[in-house]
Amino acid sequence: MAAPMSGVDKPSAERSSFNTTSFQKKTRSKLIAIPGSRPSVQNGQLLVSTGVTSLDYLLGGGLAVGTVRLIEEDRYDSYSRMVLKYFLAEGVVCRHELFVSTAQESPDDLLQELPAPILDDVAGHTPVEPSRLSCDPQHGLDAMKIAWRYQNLPKVQSALASSSRFGHYYDVSKTMEPEIRQAARCHRFYVPEHPNQASSTRSTGLESYSALLTSLQELIHKKGFDLATPMSNSRNILRIGLHSLGSALWGDDLCCHDNPTNGHALTTFLYGLRALLRSSLSVAVVTVPSHLIQDRTLVGRITRLCDHAIALESFKGSERETNPLYKDYHGLLHVRQAPRLNCLASNLPDHKDLAFKLKRKQFTVKRLHLPPDLSETVSRVSRGELAGATAVASACSSATSGNRHLDF
Amino acid sequence: MFTELNSILNASPDSFTQGEFILVTDRQSDASFLIHHFLCFYLRARCKVLFLGLVQSLNHYSSVSQRLGVSLAQAKDKGQLIFLEGLKDSLSVLIPQESSKASEAMDFLRDPAAGLRSLYQFVRSRLSGAADGDGGEEWGPPVLLVDDVSVLLSLGVSAGAVLDFSHYCRATVCSRLKGNVVMLTRCDGEEQEDEGDDEGPENLLKGLTHQCSIALHVQGLPTGFCRDIHGQVCARVLCWRQKQTDGQCTPSKLFQYKVHDKGASFFARGTSSAVL
Repeated sequence: MAAPMSGVDKPSAERSSFNTTSFQKKTRSKLIAIPGSRPSVQNGQLLVSTGVTSLDYLLGGGLAVGTVRLIEEDRYDSYSRMVLKYFLAEGVVCRHELFVSTAQESPDDLLQELPAPILDDVAGHTPVEPSRLSCDPQHGLDAMKIAWRYQNLPKVQSALASSSRFGHYYDVSKTMEPEIRQAARCHRFYVPEHPNQASSTRSTGLESYSALLTSLQELIHKKGFDLATPMSNSRNILRIGLHSLGSALWGDDLCCHDNPTNGHALTTFLYGLRALLRSSLSVAVVTVPSHLIQDRTLVGRITRLCDHAIALESFKGSERETNPLYKDYHGLLHVRQAPRLNCLASNLPDHKDLAFKLKRKQFTVKRLHLPPDLSETVSRVSRGELAGATAVASACSSATSGNRHLDF
Repeated sequence: MFTELNSILNASPDSFTQGEFILVTDRQSDASFLIHHFLCFYLRARCKVLFLGLVQSLNHYSSVSQRLGVSLAQAKDKGQLIFLEGLKDSLSVLIPQESSKASEAMDFLRDPAAGLRSLYQFVRSRLSGAADGDGGEEWGPPVLLVDDVSVLLSLGVSAGAVLDFSHYCRATVCSRLKGNVVMLTRCDGEEQEDEGDDEGPENLLKGLTHQCSIALHVQGLPTGFCRDIHGQVCARVLCWRQKQTDGQCTPSKLFQYKVHDKGASFFARGTSSAVL
């Protein structure tokens, strides 16, 4: 990947003529180097990593700055929460600012569960870190006999080099060290702290959503993420993680009733969020429990208001968990929408049948490959079940419904 | 501007019928590439264009139009293009602040149930006021482009109010000012009957289809997702509205398309280059 471009030379007035959104066209001198981000190869937009490298690869290289990604939660909110934690952990490692909003538990609880990054080349913020580096300090004391040209190079990589790497790996079994976590600036929004007050001016929308939107805008203005403020060399990206938006704890009855009273409160909030993000250096990941929303048109509207939408469907608790065909995977991943940013074409992934697996050190997303039917017992049991799973029948050859295996 | 689409619709920047209401709809796909086509088409035809961009920023449209050969910034400077950035203006209404002034066009967000009267006033003032000689260059007939109308349903406006708005715009722009109107509306899911549901996007779609004179329905392929053919477009021209037809118009044309970086290619069904 190309190295980040040099800093801004031209004054800010030139770029604010009509470039007041975060989608910057790739021109020679106007790209600024923000650690943890890189320009896209397709249309020059600034991308940040989601924390899951296979998701990055699948979805065009990363999250474009200024967009909203929607994650439709799985049934028990386990994997969507994990993906959100990856996103926030990546922000901590890249030294971005974080904004976390939760309704159920306190944002601090979510932040304490962030997975630990695998630090083989990340320089430490504290003196404890360098001992984890893979290079052995004892050998460095001796004079190098063969690679003597490298004698004088520093043994520990500087912080700038480490944070220019795009995408890190995390170890799910350990939580992030508090020192690393506290090094990142984090802003919180906890719904029970903002009780619904009687509003006289606004007839639409819910208080919790407008309070969230207001606090986001204040943060963007105060901390200088706004694109309208003059460019300086130290810009940073704000990562916004909104957990379980639209659930009943926000005061919204989208998930409870067939005909919600405030049907457009969440969609208006998403519209406002989109407006905020388009004009600032921030990126948002929103998880919505869409399996609780009965009205599919509403889910369609929510999807269209976000730039990128994926849905996670985990096998936990369903009969597929014990199905031998799916033993390699933890769930399916559906791409509902791919963004169309500054160009006519959108890059949907080529295959629609994607499955994910959460391993200790990696969250992999790959094409669903069903193993071939080799043994008699496997096919007899699984054919009946597979007939119901029509959505993933692309790779499997035995997708006919319950035909008897030919016996000779 | 896609030249293949021009020949399919029998229109070109030099000669196109005036007073038309073109409706672009999509179902489970994205028809916004057609809006880019019409934007560049009417700018090339030297019409005065008012664009209500409710879902994307100006930068997005100008980047795409740059690739299609039209510069939106120049058109704006010359006064040919008036662009309403819905996203930017909506923030001042959604997050009320004392110091900022709210734009009148997005004022309906304050009370969406009341209707889109303020938006219509905005359209009328911008399009008809400038037609009475503003000393600048003389432009062609005015054109109103809306991208997209169904997002108004998400913001709380009822389908009836949106239909009223489109009717008023059509009466003003098409009949009085002899211009054109192009609207994009999106719906998803299969066709289903909403029992007594007044708010549904299906009702909006049916109402708009009734009002329009050319309808372009974009949908995905019925056989599923394909990398080389992104979908199909059904172009329906309602010929009986045109007084000067010679009886030789086909009721609807179906063709397939593929969107790529610099445009879109249209071809008859089954003649995609990937298949042949």
